[in-house]
Amino acid sequence: MAIVAHSSKSGRVTRATFAWIVGLLFFFPIFWMILTSFKTDADAVKPEFLFFFTPTLDNYANMTENYDYWRFAKNSVITAVFATVFTLFVGIPCAYAMAFNPSRHTKDVLMWMLSTKMLPAAGVLYPMTFLTKNVLGIFDTHFLVILVLSLINLPIVVWMLFTYFKEIPKEIIEAGKMDGVDTWGEIKEILIPLAWGGIASTALLCFIFCWNEAYWTVRLTTTEAATLSKLIEGNRAPEGLFFGRLSAVSAAAVGPIIVLGWFCQKQLVQGLTFGAVK
Amino acid sequence: MGQIVLENVTKSFGDTQVIPPLNLTIEDGEFAVFVGPSGCGKSTLLRIIAGLEDTTSGKVVIDGEDMTEISPSKRGLAMVFQTYALYPHMTVRKNIAFPMRMAGMSEDEQNKKIEAAAKSLNLTDYLDRKPGQLSGGQRQRVAIGRAIVRDPSAFLFDEPLSNLDAALRVGMRLEISEMHERLQTTMIYVTHDQIEAMTMANKIVVLRAGNIEQVGSPLDLYREPQNLFVAGFIGSPKMNFITGEEASKHGCHTMGVRPEHIEVSSSTGPWVGKVGVSEHLGSDTFFHIHDTGLADVLTVRAGGEVGFRAGDTVHLTPRDDVIHKFDAQGLRT
Repeated sequence: MAIVAHSSKSGRVTRATFAWIVGLLFFFPIFWMILTSFKTDADAVKPEFLFFFTPTLDNYANMTENYDYWRFAKNSVITAVFATVFTLFVGIPCAYAMAFNPSRHTKDVLMWMLSTKMLPAAGVLYPMTFLTKNVLGIFDTHFLVILVLSLINLPIVVWMLFTYFKEIPKEIIEAGKMDGVDTWGEIKEILIPLAWGGIASTALLCFIFCWNEAYWTVRLTTTEAATLSKLIEGNRAPEGLFFGRLSAVSAAAVGPIIVLGWFCQKQLVQGLTFGAVK
Repeated sequence: MGQIVLENVTKSFGDTQVIPPLNLTIEDGEFAVFVGPSGCGKSTLLRIIAGLEDTTSGKVVIDGEDMTEISPSKRGLAMVFQTYALYPHMTVRKNIAFPMRMAGMSEDEQNKKIEAAAKSLNLTDYLDRKPGQLSGGQRQRVAIGRAIVRDPSAFLFDEPLSNLDAALRVGMRLEISEMHERLQTTMIYVTHDQIEAMTMANKIVVLRAGNIEQVGSPLDLYREPQNLFVAGFIGSPKMNFITGEEASKHGCHTMGVRPEHIEVSSSTGPWVGKVGVSEHLGSDTFFHIHDTGLADVLTVRAGGEVGFRAGDTVHLTPRDDVIHKFDAQGLRT
């Protein structure tokens, strides 16, 4: 322990440098994208304007005027918010049941839930499209997007919540039972207040996943329920290489979530590393 | 009212039966203590009474009513847990108020009861603190307060003092006993500590592997243990067991003599041995005597001022009137 705690200065510098390099590697595409979004489509592909160019807001103006950015943004907010709420609404009781009333099969159920994430999405693309378009008639609706986003995130949400709930001493829930609360009361009065931090970071992560989801939102929507992912995809330039415009759309799509993530980073880090060390 | 009857209660976890068919009656107002080594099923039994654990078969009857299938909250019992199990996100006041709020009691009435409970438990100054800001003893008091305000027909204590330090434990033991005197409500108390059992109970239930070994008042168990297990479990230091020729002379397979029933002297007595370790408690001294030819070690309790040194030869005289005799099956004869 003493060796680890008392690391040498050069060791610290090496680690810090390494961390910076990794950080910059992750940040670079975002930086590049934002930079490109202020160039004209013509400048965007010219090497001589790599860092020095005349910035323009044309791409952003174009995006809001001609591409109806706000409609896509609204759809993204609606679907991500409702999908997150719905996922938690189902996930909390589910994780609660498994954490506090485990059966012999709880572990299997959890594994099974996770295994659904292993199914390649492309494998069910045809049935999903056929069913929603031709049988159920819910293709390109908010309902469908919310449902799909909820279902694909449910396993990971249940897993996360399960881990948090496991940290709550069973006796506290039992004390609640003795004190006269019913199952809903246990969840509302004891579980949610105690696991609030964990639930918040789960919700945040779920929201981010929903916001960034592209595979299904691109394929199961056309106009009505199309989200920002669809807007980016739509600007992928079938007519040519409009990098400036594409970058502006992308920057405007990821912007809100980056801002949200920035303000909630403490919650997020706690959420992702929770239970790792105990 | 608070009579609790267990009728042929059994409990199995999978294929393992932890409680074989068991019958027990705890009368209204009794202070019953379940005592036994860890894993003897005492906590499981308490949890069955509370309703936190289902019975595999048999009935739990409270005040004449079959409660086997009734949820914990509707059994009219209150429980105090070893880990206190307070709600960490609520203040002491809210913790104590919680069961009353759940029962839909008016706020005035809640406050009145909280004040009364806080006063009797010395918690008045801490009502607005969170459990995390309290010491172990205070937390356990809050847990007791939360139990009291419900006016339960019986209190269930699951090793409530195990997490406290020794000095506090003695104090809390007394407080709980006084509370029982005052309230005269049935209490069931689980512990592995036979001293707690002896000092607090009207009725001790000694358990081993889910079986009731003996039920009786503390002094009954001390004076007339029905088998070797109870004889060895109740009393501190442990009873000495002697087998072989000496036991046969007394007409039994195993004879038991408590350390306090052996007189030690430097000159007279039928048994002779050498002093090993001595434990000086001030008021008493426990001598561990070796080489008696009766048992590996005999423990003897003498006055605090008696001073033998390690290696001294001593003579021992058991008090014939309080010798316990057991047959080959370990049962009292």
